[in-house]
Amino acid sequence: MFGNLTVSAFIHGPIETGGQLAVVLGGLTVVFLLTYFKRWKWLWSEWLTSLDAKKIGVMYLILAGLMLARAAIDAFMMRGQQAIATSADNGYLSPDHFAQIFTAHGTIMIFFVAMTFMFGLINCVVPLMLGTRDVAFPLLNSISFWLTAAGAMLVNISLVIGEFSATGWLAYPPLSELAYSPGVGVDYYIWALQIAGLGTLLAAVNFIVTIMKERAAGMKLMQMPIFVWTTLGSMLLIIFAFPILTGTLGMLALDRTLGMHFFTTDLGGNAMMYVNLIWAWGHPEVYILILPAFGIFSELVPVFSKKRLFGYTSMVVATMLITIMSFGVWVHHFFTMGAGANVNAFFGIATMAIAIPTSVKIFNWLFTMFRGRISYPTPMLWFMGFLFTFLVGGMSGILMSVPPADFQLHNSLFLVAHFHNMVIGGVLFGYFAGFAYWFPKIFGFALNERFGVYAFWLWIVGFAVAFIPLYILGIMGMTRRLDFVDLASGYHPLLVVAAIGAVIISLGMAMQVVQLYVSVRDRKKHKDRTGDFWDGRTLEWSVPSPAPFYNFATLPQVHGRDSFWMDKQEKRIHHETITDIHLPKNSSVALFVAGFALTAGFGMVWHIWWLTLVALGGVFVTIVLRSFVEETEYVVSAETIKAYEAKHKTA
Amino acid sequence: MKPVYKVFLGIFIAAIFVGTLIVLLKGSHFSVLFPSGSVGIAERDLMIGAVELMLIFIGPLAILAIFIAYYYRAGNKKAAYKPNWEHSKLEELVWWSIPIEIVLVLSALTWTSAHDLDPSKALALSGKPEVIQVVALEWKWLFIYPEEGVATVNEVDIPTNRPVEFRITSDAPMNSLWIPALGGQMYAMTGMTTTLHLSADTPGTYEGGSANYSGEGFAQMKFATHAMDEADFQTWLRETKQSSTLLDDTAYTALAKPSKAEPVRYYGRVSDSLFESIVAKFMPKNMPMMMDMH
Repeated sequence: MFGNLTVSAFIHGPIETGGQLAVVLGGLTVVFLLTYFKRWKWLWSEWLTSLDAKKIGVMYLILAGLMLARAAIDAFMMRGQQAIATSADNGYLSPDHFAQIFTAHGTIMIFFVAMTFMFGLINCVVPLMLGTRDVAFPLLNSISFWLTAAGAMLVNISLVIGEFSATGWLAYPPLSELAYSPGVGVDYYIWALQIAGLGTLLAAVNFIVTIMKERAAGMKLMQMPIFVWTTLGSMLLIIFAFPILTGTLGMLALDRTLGMHFFTTDLGGNAMMYVNLIWAWGHPEVYILILPAFGIFSELVPVFSKKRLFGYTSMVVATMLITIMSFGVWVHHFFTMGAGANVNAFFGIATMAIAIPTSVKIFNWLFTMFRGRISYPTPMLWFMGFLFTFLVGGMSGILMSVPPADFQLHNSLFLVAHFHNMVIGGVLFGYFAGFAYWFPKIFGFALNERFGVYAFWLWIVGFAVAFIPLYILGIMGMTRRLDFVDLASGYHPLLVVAAIGAVIISLGMAMQVVQLYVSVRDRKKHKDRTGDFWDGRTLEWSVPSPAPFYNFATLPQVHGRDSFWMDKQEKRIHHETITDIHLPKNSSVALFVAGFALTAGFGMVWHIWWLTLVALGGVFVTIVLRSFVEETEYVVSAETIKAYEAKHKTA
Repeated sequence: MKPVYKVFLGIFIAAIFVGTLIVLLKGSHFSVLFPSGSVGIAERDLMIGAVELMLIFIGPLAILAIFIAYYYRAGNKKAAYKPNWEHSKLEELVWWSIPIEIVLVLSALTWTSAHDLDPSKALALSGKPEVIQVVALEWKWLFIYPEEGVATVNEVDIPTNRPVEFRITSDAPMNSLWIPALGGQMYAMTGMTTTLHLSADTPGTYEGGSANYSGEGFAQMKFATHAMDEADFQTWLRETKQSSTLLDDTAYTALAKPSKAEPVRYYGRVSDSLFESIVAKFMPKNMPMMMDMH
């Protein structure tokens, strides 16, 4: 009846029980608060079933924030373990639990923090930047979000029932095969990523169509804001890369559940094929995340320099070059697999070549600032922080793209420091910048500057204190993923320094929470009354803040790049008549689809076949039923819009 | 606080940080930067060369960034302001070409070094290579000396100033053989053999281990590499051979069972083709050897 699920799956050691209780109590608290304040109906009709891209974006952002907290706790536990454990006996985590933690940390940070944060920002601003009222397929958008949320939920269910994967975030076989990982951890990993990955793929299709087909009248491709271009690059990468991930994890699942031999040690299975395939997805994935961050910087540097973006064409060319080239470098993740000198040299050089368009971007940002009038509110501070950490990260990256240098640095803490340099300094700082920059547009009031500046400095200093020691430890020969190191190794002092760095970063994160609290408390003081908080250049700043649910009362006409800026300069005022607007009705379809998908995934993890079959049937029936709904849109009358505009537009 | 004091405070904090690091690191061994083998030295020199090349580019870029960010701040009304300047063919040509040139030079370095330092390539060092077969197990290392017929667990003994040819496989999840003081690493995988050439210049004991996560005993997959001169090495071989412990299929099966913190062991005799049979056992019957990685 319940497959492999028995009572023992709920019983854990003391520390695991802590995680278990945190999830259960956290969930119960939310339920209690919603009931106490009678907010269920509001939550359901205003948020959960909304097809408004801006609301879906906010839900993505909330999910990213929650998952960031979860994965950061994982990080602090790892730093704590390595700072304490001087022998196999005196750490507070067992080797297996330690492995589950570093696996969960990597998996969650990439799939449920970075990807989710990215889609949050894209949903909130790309339709506005394009001058359109919504994405091409609003219901699909909702399904994408809820599938991502379902994947995230499955990862966290593993804290309560059973265990998580203990193989590292890419689950290399044969370690991830049944022979070496007989538990359900790897299955949780596989099905969480399959469900979330499907959501990601659908979202990418949605945004490509939106960008190609839903641009405002007059907006040519070469007039799109750079953030839209980089989003396009990122989404193109997703539709090429994510099917590889789905296929690869699908084969691993076949090995594990049906006894096949794609990647097993015996009967002709080949683990090297998995390593190639997972990185053929994994390397583009890095660029899927970094491209939108580049786009965010390309938006805010001109705004805060009060100057046009320098070298727009170069930026577009560089973005598209990075998009294409990122598919030709995956082997640099395993130069040490013995592929031979020609193969290694080819992929090393291909990797370096990506530094060319990336350097061009940095030059263009600098020359946008050149002869500008630069101000430094928090978004611009994050950009400066990015610039310098990224230079260091880029250098260590190119160093490792030289194969013989990589032989000595691969799998060491030098590598760990390098990719955190890129993903924290590049991706996360970029998203933080975008979050602070677009916050007034999304919520109608600005973030508190003072606590934003504190958070920034704590992050930068914490980052340096946490990761410079890891670079040094790598050069001393310390490998990654060690649950303890001997005192004699001489690694300990630096591991303690790194742990102090983690504490400083945690203070930075605490400052961000304080910042949010203070900003909400003082929201009247920092209200964005004009809708154009930063004296912006692109269309999202031409509507009131927060953006009305219909985005634009009249769809804008675009005459060139920086369209809104030009309109302001030339004092051009559009007088178009307001007409009725059709908007998508709320729909709970996505919630059902994702709920069933989550159930199906849970059934696959525990081999409860009937449950999986019933749930998949549920997905099918939900979609079929939806196809019979004819009234999917509602009409907002011109009067309603005029009234709303009169109330909100003060400029 | 005045900006000037902020800068001083920043420099002060950074100085404390760097000072602490220097104190903490006194006496530590930077295996990768100060290796004791020809391969490691070549790889170190390559790293330093590559970093120098990049600094030619990144150093000025960082200084330029600081200058632009400071000089064109909103408060500086003396600075020029050209809000609509957005394009310059010449300048863009310049910064497409600078990184292209640096990457071209680095590419040449990459191509030659990838071939010169290909781990499967025999070293230019004189003397007959000492062949050592390596098996990564859960969670220990087995070293077999096929020509001498001896074997060790969690310790490897090598002669100095003579090439050592490691032939590596695995009877466990994927591992990576890494002795940082001698040179770069190589993956150990089931059903196939990878080759890694290293050498030691000076006698000494060098830490070795696995660099690729392989399960819960991973942190204990450490071994000592004893490098000794030729005479000492021959003595060591002779003494080891006198041990009556035999490594045959039965002994190997027992050894291969998962275990942590396995003590060092010596085997005076090893049954023939043990290594080959470990590699072959993952191959389907009647199937040719698929992979012999070089």
